[in-house]
Amino acid sequence: MTLDSYVPILFLIVLSTLFAVASIWVSSRIGPRAPTPAKLTPYESGIVPEGGIEKQRFPVKFYLVAMLFIIFDIETVFLYPWAVAYDNLKLFGLIEMGVFIAILLAAYVYVWRRGGLEWVD
Amino acid sequence: MIDWIKQLPGNVIDFIGPEIIIATAKVVLVFGVLLVTTLLVIWFERRVIADMQARVGPNRWGPFGLFQTLADGIKLFFKEDFRPAAADRWTFVIAPVMAMVPAFLAFAVVPLGDHVVIAGHRVDLVMSDLNIGILYFLAVGSLGVYGVVLAGWASGSKYPLIGSIRSTAQMISYEIALGLSLVPIALVAGSLSTVDIVAAQAGTYDNIVLFGRDLNFLEGIIPHWFIVQQWPAFLIFLVAGIAETNRAPFDLPEAETELVAGYHTEYSGIRFAMFFLGEYVHVVAISAMAATLFFGGWHGWNPAFPAAIDWLRWIVPIFWFTIKTVAFVYLFVWLRATLPRLRYDRLMWVGWKRLIPGALVWIVVTAVLNSDPEEVPTSARLWVMAVVFAILLAWVWRGDPRLTALEPWRKKEVTRGTA
Amino acid sequence: MDVAVFVAVFVLALGSSLAMLFARNAVHVALFLVAGQVALAVAFLLQGAFFVAAVQVIVYAGAIMVLFLFVIMLLGVDQREALIEPLPGQRPLAIGLGALLVLEILYASMRGLDLASASPEGSAALARLNADPGNVEALARLLFSDFLLPFEVTSVLLVAAIVGVMALARRMGGPLTASERSDRAEEVAA
Repeated sequence: MTLDSYVPILFLIVLSTLFAVASIWVSSRIGPRAPTPAKLTPYESGIVPEGGIEKQRFPVKFYLVAMLFIIFDIETVFLYPWAVAYDNLKLFGLIEMGVFIAILLAAYVYVWRRGGLEWVD
Repeated sequence: MIDWIKQLPGNVIDFIGPEIIIATAKVVLVFGVLLVTTLLVIWFERRVIADMQARVGPNRWGPFGLFQTLADGIKLFFKEDFRPAAADRWTFVIAPVMAMVPAFLAFAVVPLGDHVVIAGHRVDLVMSDLNIGILYFLAVGSLGVYGVVLAGWASGSKYPLIGSIRSTAQMISYEIALGLSLVPIALVAGSLSTVDIVAAQAGTYDNIVLFGRDLNFLEGIIPHWFIVQQWPAFLIFLVAGIAETNRAPFDLPEAETELVAGYHTEYSGIRFAMFFLGEYVHVVAISAMAATLFFGGWHGWNPAFPAAIDWLRWIVPIFWFTIKTVAFVYLFVWLRATLPRLRYDRLMWVGWKRLIPGALVWIVVTAVLNSDPEEVPTSARLWVMAVVFAILLAWVWRGDPRLTALEPWRKKEVTRGTA
Repeated sequence: MDVAVFVAVFVLALGSSLAMLFARNAVHVALFLVAGQVALAVAFLLQGAFFVAAVQVIVYAGAIMVLFLFVIMLLGVDQREALIEPLPGQRPLAIGLGALLVLEILYASMRGLDLASASPEGSAALARLNADPGNVEALARLLFSDFLLPFEVTSVLLVAAIVGVMALARRMGGPLTASERSDRAEEVAA
């Protein structure tokens, strides 16, 4: 059966997770435990922290990167079956993918020109 | 060991099945070897960097300080492993596990050698030969982001949050370049299976003709590794791979001068060790993948050599694979000792404006070069090459305006001054 | 073994979906969604759709969920979530659509799971794919011949998405266009 080759991966997931959980457990048994209020405050280089992370705001740039990432990720995923079957697809495959890549490159150039890839203004 | 398996009651083997036993043995062996390798790699890094900085490095514990990392690891077990009050309880626990497990998973598709025959069973020296090997590697890599994101968020602290947001943006940006850089490999090998890709790199280049001259003397010397024709893809893979591991010069998420320790600032004790372990396993995984996909995997320089002696036949490939992987680990260490950290905007610039278009162009070039000679005439190929070279030349000639222009904040000052 | 795997996937997918619905914290919700996506990937493996399983992990678990988490973190969503619906009428619409989906599933399961044979081309394509299970090449041959138009349309769709992203993120970064500059000047003047 074809699923057989995934059995070792399942074992590996189980083994490495068990290893992680076991070492955290062992450490919690043999390690000291002496929490103090000062120890449990967020580390801010010795300054008393003010406000939690809920108040943090980040540039929307990061959001843009994540969205562009999804789009190019999907493109990458389409390229793989094409690459594997390239020998059979012949010239037709080359032209097809040429059109696909050209359209996306145009979009890429658009993003570049609009300043979507600039990190500083 | 082999005899011991043979002496097991036959019905036990029949009940569990030899496949399951072999699979379990492989998993346990690879996991154990990886743990030991990590200990050795950390020691190796400290020694090499010490040497490069004219220091001695760890030399107390065991020969050449070999057991230093082991001692450090054991020490971490006895350290207090506390959870900050502001942390999110379960996510804080899950994050280090999520950072560690995917790094180990990447090894499932790495072929460590050819195959051995144990008690009549053929055992391939790869944990599982998946027909989507490369995609599996990318999928596991994309899950590695979660450890970083969750650690930063769950800590409930500002430095880790900033570090994790930065780190995630960096990892996803370079993930695209990493994915695109492996498409030409799939194209040339005609398969996504790592075993097939290694098999496609067997032998040497024959009939080397360059500019109409037959270079006979090179025949049988240059191995048929993908690095020879896919070196641009390799360069992109290498840069993206280093960025994926968050190591120097791409170690901004852990930039200690500004972010303390980045996403794992609030972690202590054994949970911190897990991030550390994950990072080093990731380094070894990227090195092993580079060796497998571009440097012939377990194929040696001269594949005819080991056939003479039986046990050499499976030892020698493992030896070759190890040598290549260690060479890449050395490169990682070397880069860390040599290069200063990139600035964040430069980092994004390299990833988005150079690696991604470069990888896309290289895919098209590879496709044209590997097209059917009857369909695409040589002149068309030459034209494509000429155009690509012209574009590249123009690009290099234009240079990077950022490298020559004023720093961005100063530019702002200047424009403000004149306005 | 198939049945055991199926039951495990079923439990994991359903469990994480339910947990997702009842989790209070937005990040926890996203995490349960990731678990659900991975469970679906295993379900695809079970069907012999190895490529689709990998894509499921790479695109959904690895990319889209990262965007979700990013948005949650960037907006700084705290645990006290507003219970007021920003769009009115969501609830009846959701109930109606959910009821429709349940009816659909009931109808399909009563007719039997032979949906593939409902359309002749679909079943032919499925047969060709299954003749070589999990073969990425078979999928590629189909995608780049019979389903060429949808494939190329996808690229146009992706371009539309890129333009949309840029429109959403218009204000930050990058040089302003001439019209934007004049807009801003007017704003300042006003």
